Amino acid sequence: MRLRKPPLTCRELVELVTDYLEGALRARDRRRFDSHIAGCAGCRAYLAQMRATIDTLGELSEETLAPEAKRELMERFRDWKR
Amino acid sequence: MRRRGAASSTVAAPRAEESELLARLRAGDERAFEELVKANHPTMVKVAELFVPSRSVAEEVAQEAWVGVLQGLDGFEGRSSLKTWMFRILTNRAKTRGERERRTLPMSALDQPDLEGAGAAVAEDRFHPAADPVRGNLWTQPPRPPDEATIAAEGHERLLAAIEGLRPAQRTVITLRDVQGWDSDSVCDLLEVSAANQRVLLHRARSTVRREFERYLEEGNGG
Repeated sequence: MRLRKPPLTCRELVELVTDYLEGALRARDRRRFDSHIAGCAGCRAYLAQMRATIDTLGELSEETLAPEAKRELMERFRDWKR
Repeated sequence: MRRRGAASSTVAAPRAEESELLARLRAGDERAFEELVKANHPTMVKVAELFVPSRSVAEEVAQEAWVGVLQGLDGFEGRSSLKTWMFRILTNRAKTRGERERRTLPMSALDQPDLEGAGAAVAEDRFHPAADPVRGNLWTQPPRPPDEATIAAEGHERLLAAIEGLRPAQRTVITLRDVQGWDSDSVCDLLEVSAANQRVLLHRARSTVRREFERYLEEGNGG
């Protein structure tokens, strides 16, 4: 007889979120994840926050270039052109 | 073109766009070079930092890498994407420099992500104690769903600061994946890290940045 894995707890679920989003969970764990999410508003909110975080990161323009670094690089480009 | 679609090659700009950029660079178009530098230099410094002892050495290495890129530009045959090629030049220089400075520790974080400290994704006190027969390991205060409202510039600053505060390997992985939109395979290739270890680093990084995101929402911004 095969033992069924117990349902996921919230504490376990948050540690699986990245594997879930990366499509790296095995089928059985993915089903446990989905069935927990279906019944848990807190974990749905957690997942939504994680997705919103990732989406926001995709909109960031990285910190601006230090002026000295930029000046040096542009000089190198001009040297290279010659 | 960004992210999602697990197997798509997001590092490669569409070919046409890339060959136009190459033509402008080869013709000595300063604006083209400036755009390329702006889009990539800060990330190159972060990647270099994995191999060398300090931010200032990483900055030097990235500067050297740009010289290498310029020297190689005419001979670049486009067998890989321009970005892949540029970052390969960067990691080669960074490794050489790192060996000279005998710096090996941060790199090993890529092989053994646990060296970067385990730590739970969510603070202990957000869950009922495991011993609680009914609610054990379930939320005490569940998170709240984020509004659709976009995060203001100040929120962006907070997230960037959270990334800046991460350990180098985590910082590099989340920057490449989520800020720059590289796919998983390209990051694994560049950093020579296994897919599993990359996921561990990404998980730690995202979990930390999400905590900052939630804190920001809880302060009454857009949540």
